Amino acid sequence: MRDTTLGRNIVHAFGENRLTLVAVGILLLLLLCAMFGQSLAPYDPLTTDGAAKLSSPSSTHPFGTDALGRDILSRVMVAARLDLGMAISAVVLSFTLGLTLGAVAGYFGGWPDRIVGRLMDTIMAFPLFVLAMGIVAALGNTELNIILATMIINLPFYSRFARGEVNVRREMGYVEAARMGGNKALPVLINHIIPNILPPMMVQASLNMGWAILNAAGLSFIGLGVRPPTPEWGIMVSEGASFIISGEWWTFVFPGAALVLAVFCFNLLGDGLRDLLDPRRRI
Amino acid sequence: MTAQLQIENFSLVFRTRQGMVRALEDVSLWITGSEIVGVVGESGSGKSVLAYAIMGLQDAAAQVTGGRITFGGMDMLGASEEALVDVRGREIAMIFQSPRTALNPIRRVGRQIEDILSQHANVPASKLRSQAIAALERVHIPDPERRYKAYPFELSGGMCQRVMIAMALACSPSLLIADEPTTGLDVTTQAVIMDLIREMSRSSRMATLLITHDLALAGEYCDRIAVMHAGHLVEIAPVAELLHHPAHPYTRQLLAATPTPHSSIEDLVSIPGQLPDLRGDLPACRFSGRCERHAPICDERPLPWATLSPTHHVRCRSPL
Amino acid sequence: MSFVWKRLLGTVPSLAGVIVVTFLLSHALPGDPAAYFAGPAANAVSIAEVRAKLGLDQSLPLQFLHYLGDLARGDLGHSLTTGQPVVTDLLQRLPASMELTFFALVFAVAIAIPMGVWAATRPDSLVDHVCRATVSVAAAFPTFFVGLLLVYVFYFLLDLAPEPVGRLNEILYTVPPHVTGMYTLDSLIAGDWPVLAASLAQLVLPAISLGLFALAPIARITRAAMLQSLGSDFTRTARASGLKRGKILFTYAFRNALLPVSNVLGMVFSFLLGANVLIEQVYGWQGIGAYAVNAVLASDYAAVQGFVLMMAVLYVLLNLLVDLAGTLIDPRVRFEA
Repeated sequence: MRDTTLGRNIVHAFGENRLTLVAVGILLLLLLCAMFGQSLAPYDPLTTDGAAKLSSPSSTHPFGTDALGRDILSRVMVAARLDLGMAISAVVLSFTLGLTLGAVAGYFGGWPDRIVGRLMDTIMAFPLFVLAMGIVAALGNTELNIILATMIINLPFYSRFARGEVNVRREMGYVEAARMGGNKALPVLINHIIPNILPPMMVQASLNMGWAILNAAGLSFIGLGVRPPTPEWGIMVSEGASFIISGEWWTFVFPGAALVLAVFCFNLLGDGLRDLLDPRRRI
Repeated sequence: MTAQLQIENFSLVFRTRQGMVRALEDVSLWITGSEIVGVVGESGSGKSVLAYAIMGLQDAAAQVTGGRITFGGMDMLGASEEALVDVRGREIAMIFQSPRTALNPIRRVGRQIEDILSQHANVPASKLRSQAIAALERVHIPDPERRYKAYPFELSGGMCQRVMIAMALACSPSLLIADEPTTGLDVTTQAVIMDLIREMSRSSRMATLLITHDLALAGEYCDRIAVMHAGHLVEIAPVAELLHHPAHPYTRQLLAATPTPHSSIEDLVSIPGQLPDLRGDLPACRFSGRCERHAPICDERPLPWATLSPTHHVRCRSPL
Repeated sequence: MSFVWKRLLGTVPSLAGVIVVTFLLSHALPGDPAAYFAGPAANAVSIAEVRAKLGLDQSLPLQFLHYLGDLARGDLGHSLTTGQPVVTDLLQRLPASMELTFFALVFAVAIAIPMGVWAATRPDSLVDHVCRATVSVAAAFPTFFVGLLLVYVFYFLLDLAPEPVGRLNEILYTVPPHVTGMYTLDSLIAGDWPVLAASLAQLVLPAISLGLFALAPIARITRAAMLQSLGSDFTRTARASGLKRGKILFTYAFRNALLPVSNVLGMVFSFLLGANVLIEQVYGWQGIGAYAVNAVLASDYAAVQGFVLMMAVLYVLLNLLVDLAGTLIDPRVRFEA
């Protein structure tokens, strides 16, 4: 019974909604760039070429070159590793930590719940990007700290979500039954509740991924974390920005477009997954 | 005497992605004067669809495929939206189940009555308030000045239903459609609300169409009862006759499934089977799948009406 | 009025949390501000002197008390880069940021709410699909990238927008006399129409770039909330009562939809205040965001800390405002409080 509805949802999410399939395809391409970008790229992303400074897109340089004559296509491809890497690590970290904190808070209630709740409320009391800036400023201007900052500002979403889901399920029949059967609290939580909240949490994560990419790229756009000449989309847009008023649009448009594409595809994937899991919430 | 509301051979379908749902087929009904007519059926029988169709408030997916609905001589199906808007609330009023959610939660109940008065009754702004309070008073709401200022969440369910009735009666309509008006209320309140509806119907010479799944309730308050099953109207008769001499097998089963003061819970018999799927091909008699008297002749079209008395009609080949 | 006081009291834990976090960010984390302040030529002795001067040699609780005392006196320390008190710096630049954020919010609300309502009244129509597509695409664009694209198109290519040189091209215009610090308002007060027009022209692109980011969540929630309230029982009652379409749409459905909309405004403010930093960077806007970016890059701890604190307090206050507005919309909230 469950299989048939799930099957029908898959047909809907991926068949009727071909956009999700396209998004998955593009994301796979980006992941390919992230993994093998260095060897796939036509040029070395760091090699400068004084003779080919700021050349517009052509057959030799499809995305043109930047102020130092570096091939923008190669830089955009190689940058996928850093951009996706930072966002994915941040999301994985906040997913794990948020799930743990939220599940404990939701299942045990009492003081763990109050402490976690207060902690998350405090994080949410800040404009999140501003808090991320403050964290990077305090911890030090490194890529790792960008990941940490992005992790912290994403934490409340996972923690609150997990807490809510655990809270609802704690009262449900199958959990009650497991508890009556003499299972201890922690095994019940780990074996019976958490497996059930993982799928909706995954949807949350893929919806969140785009936002994590935007945050990390935003931080590096203002000069935090990633340092030149490291190829990264945010910093490339920032470097290209100075050539707007002289019309060298390719310097910032291509890395920016890569960002948009990645975020858009993750959002589409998230929407598609949500439809798959919970067609009622399709709005 | 011309009937207030006349429904003739009315048919309606819903066009959905899963196919065409034949929600109502060949339904005929009239109501006049200050009588109370009950439309009784299980959920899914089409009784609410009928109520909304009378008001011209059917779902966007609904399509009328035949028949006529006239109200006081006006063709309701051919009328413009403006004409319908003018009739709704003024000539035909409607009350619903779950009165607490049927009222606007963030508007004072007095203001909600005023909205209707200023829309339909040409009441000058200076008199709106006093008329709204009078409307509350008419349905025996104690301390109407104070209740005027209340929000729905500050009132009990029964009180909210009184407010709904006050709203419905504000413009003295000639027809009230009550769609499961007691569902969601506790038992004592149910009786109070139904008494009020009956009293209003008698005192203001208003016809009432009572839509309900509860045959016992309809039996107590209605003058006539129409029984619906799977989009067909299967039997219509004055109350006493329907309760004591049901002619349609379905009506008899409904009666057997209805608790009365004289029967105990053990006597109740549930109705076997389910309503047929209204998509695709349907048998001539939509009850045939659940009927113990089903015979080959039942499948012949068209399914005729049998007249047992001038006021008692049944749509069955082998009535009881 | 008691609910107003309750709401005000409700901000106390948030503010306390904000103060603790900003304190921790500056005092309890790795990195030695004393070494930084003492300069590259410092030796152990001079660093220790600086540390003592900054109070960094005391225990954390004691440092926290000092911090609270400083806050109470409105002292956020001195900026390394400007040499001025951080409070002065921030207050000087705040009006610029507020002006930008305000216009962005007005732009976002003015587009998103009608769009959401329109889409909700025609679900699954072409309008609805176009709205949804626009909203999802807008949500994927980084603010800074939108900012740059708009500059490229409207300044470089079409020459419709003025040069992105900040709040006012001070070569062509003089800054209006300071009253509020917001150029549009000040020039209005001074009756200086050319400057008003010029400062508005400077605002258009940054406000749109910033507002686009807020557009998606507002439009999405407006559509969902309107769909829900249009499908609700009370809307059905209103229709059955023969009320006019406009009355049903606005007095009944829309007012009920406003509550969920006002609830997402909190999140929207969080986005706006954060994205503000990026947009100020793109447009050379002399607000607190641009100030903070310079401070972060220069490791100007006091300035960064002051900025984070001010933004958080601002955000808490904005949320309070939204909350109070919510109680005006919905009597039930008032009743619970």
